[in-house]
Amino acid sequence: MSRLEGTQRIGDAPRVRRLLVIAAVALSALFLLLPLVAIFAQAFAQGAGVFWTNVTNSYTRSAIGLTLFITVLTIPVNLVFGVMLAWLVTRFRFPGRRILQTLIDIPFAVSPVVAGLVYLLLYGRNGWIGGWLDTHDIQLMFAWPGILMVTIFVTCPFVARELIPLMQAQGSRDEEAAVTLGASGWTLFRRVTLPNIRWALLYGVILTNARAVGEFGAVSVVSGAIRGQTNTLPLHLEQLYQDYNTVGAFASAALLALIALLTLAAKAGLEWRAARQEAST
Amino acid sequence: MITLALRAGSSPRRVLPGFGLSLGVSLLFVSLVLLLPMTGLFGQLADLSLAQYWAIITDGRVVASYTVTMGAAAVAAIVNAAFGLLLAWVLVRYEFPGRRLLDALMDLPFALPTAVAGITLATLYSSNGWMGRLLEPLGLQVAYTWVGIALAMAFTSIPFVVRTVQPVLEDLPVEVDEAALTLGASDGTAFRRVILPHLWPALVTGTGLAFVRSLGEFGAIIFIAGNMPYETEITALMIFVKLQEYDYAGASAIASVVLFVSLALLLAINLWQGRFIKRLHGGMG
Repeated sequence: MSRLEGTQRIGDAPRVRRLLVIAAVALSALFLLLPLVAIFAQAFAQGAGVFWTNVTNSYTRSAIGLTLFITVLTIPVNLVFGVMLAWLVTRFRFPGRRILQTLIDIPFAVSPVVAGLVYLLLYGRNGWIGGWLDTHDIQLMFAWPGILMVTIFVTCPFVARELIPLMQAQGSRDEEAAVTLGASGWTLFRRVTLPNIRWALLYGVILTNARAVGEFGAVSVVSGAIRGQTNTLPLHLEQLYQDYNTVGAFASAALLALIALLTLAAKAGLEWRAARQEAST
Repeated sequence: MITLALRAGSSPRRVLPGFGLSLGVSLLFVSLVLLLPMTGLFGQLADLSLAQYWAIITDGRVVASYTVTMGAAAVAAIVNAAFGLLLAWVLVRYEFPGRRLLDALMDLPFALPTAVAGITLATLYSSNGWMGRLLEPLGLQVAYTWVGIALAMAFTSIPFVVRTVQPVLEDLPVEVDEAALTLGASDGTAFRRVILPHLWPALVTGTGLAFVRSLGEFGAIIFIAGNMPYETEITALMIFVKLQEYDYAGASAIASVVLFVSLALLLAINLWQGRFIKRLHGGMG
């Protein structure tokens, strides 16, 4: 085999290629795929009947309910914020634009436990806002509003982070043309911007959903973890696991893993779509 | 180009609508959700004297937790640098059955809730788990040791390296390879001398992000860590323990250290990356 034939690239020798592919696949299978298989194996270790009983018992049902409730409230808040912020930083130049873009990365850098702590300190009974709320009989921490607040905190970068690079790349020529033709703000957004960003927007929502459903560290600080009341699904599975109810814990884990798998499938689907669109233009 | 853009910012004529609305919503949200809660932390810290603060953050058990956290995170980051580079290379350069599936699998640690990862790894690597049963006869105890902590950190942070290196590798023109190989370099030399210099800014950025993530990780670690004081306690757990003892001041002091270190590292990564991007693209940040 001569190297000068065709466009030979580094590492293209069949032996090297085979070795590297096998190494990558084997390590990924051991490191990433095996845990995934183990979740479902554990959840169904005592059969589908036990799995079903675990998933449908009243504490699990209430944990699922609370988790869905928090997620359903989190998504629209972060959707509006993400779109507004992306519009602001990609369509206008103003002093402080870069700082604003850096600030929204804070939740990625802050440990979830620290995130929960700062909310607890401010809105808990000893905090300066929490103290005032307490005298008015409003309790946010160790109740669902606290869980909602920290969930919004940890998930707020996702929509904006998906939209900003895309909207930057697309530029604002279409939108400027629409304005010149007399489109109002809302019409402009709905008819021109939204069709261009809808897939990134959808993916941002999917990521927000995945993280909101699964947040553990921040939620465990502010929830109080009262069974049947302030237990989200990840907190519920932690309690079951600590009580040595492994099969029960993995039943809840399997539900969350299923959401994770759907998230991955959605991403793969959206990427495939984007690649096909690019190929056809 | 940049000065022009800046000047346009101060001009009163904006073609597109919604500046006021989006600015208002964004500032309100950032202030209420991201910045205001930080005041709670500083308020709590203000109640501590400097001596008290210093005593809390240099307490023996807390310092041991820094060592465990930093050490395990460093090991996880280094392992991930190698593993992530291999995965990015294989995914970009080779076509093989199951490539798309492997690519999708890379995002699993981001999509999977950390507590789920935590109990799964703890179960797999405990002495009667699938992996533990194989490793323990060999004398390798993973669960309830720092190896387990590093493993959990590596699991949750591997996508950072893969997803940072992958796009750079994709954009590398074919000529780079050809030039190296035409000059008669072997694969190993060509990779080290020609490819790696292109990749390493991305590799360092990805590894740095993985390290920062590992420092703050909680849910994936606590189940496999064993949480023995001085031995396998991570710093995030120390904060949690203080909170359960209603020691809010102690929790805040340790949290301020964690917060400072992770924000400083993130800033350093951003600045460093910014410098490279400028050098590569001639000033177009």
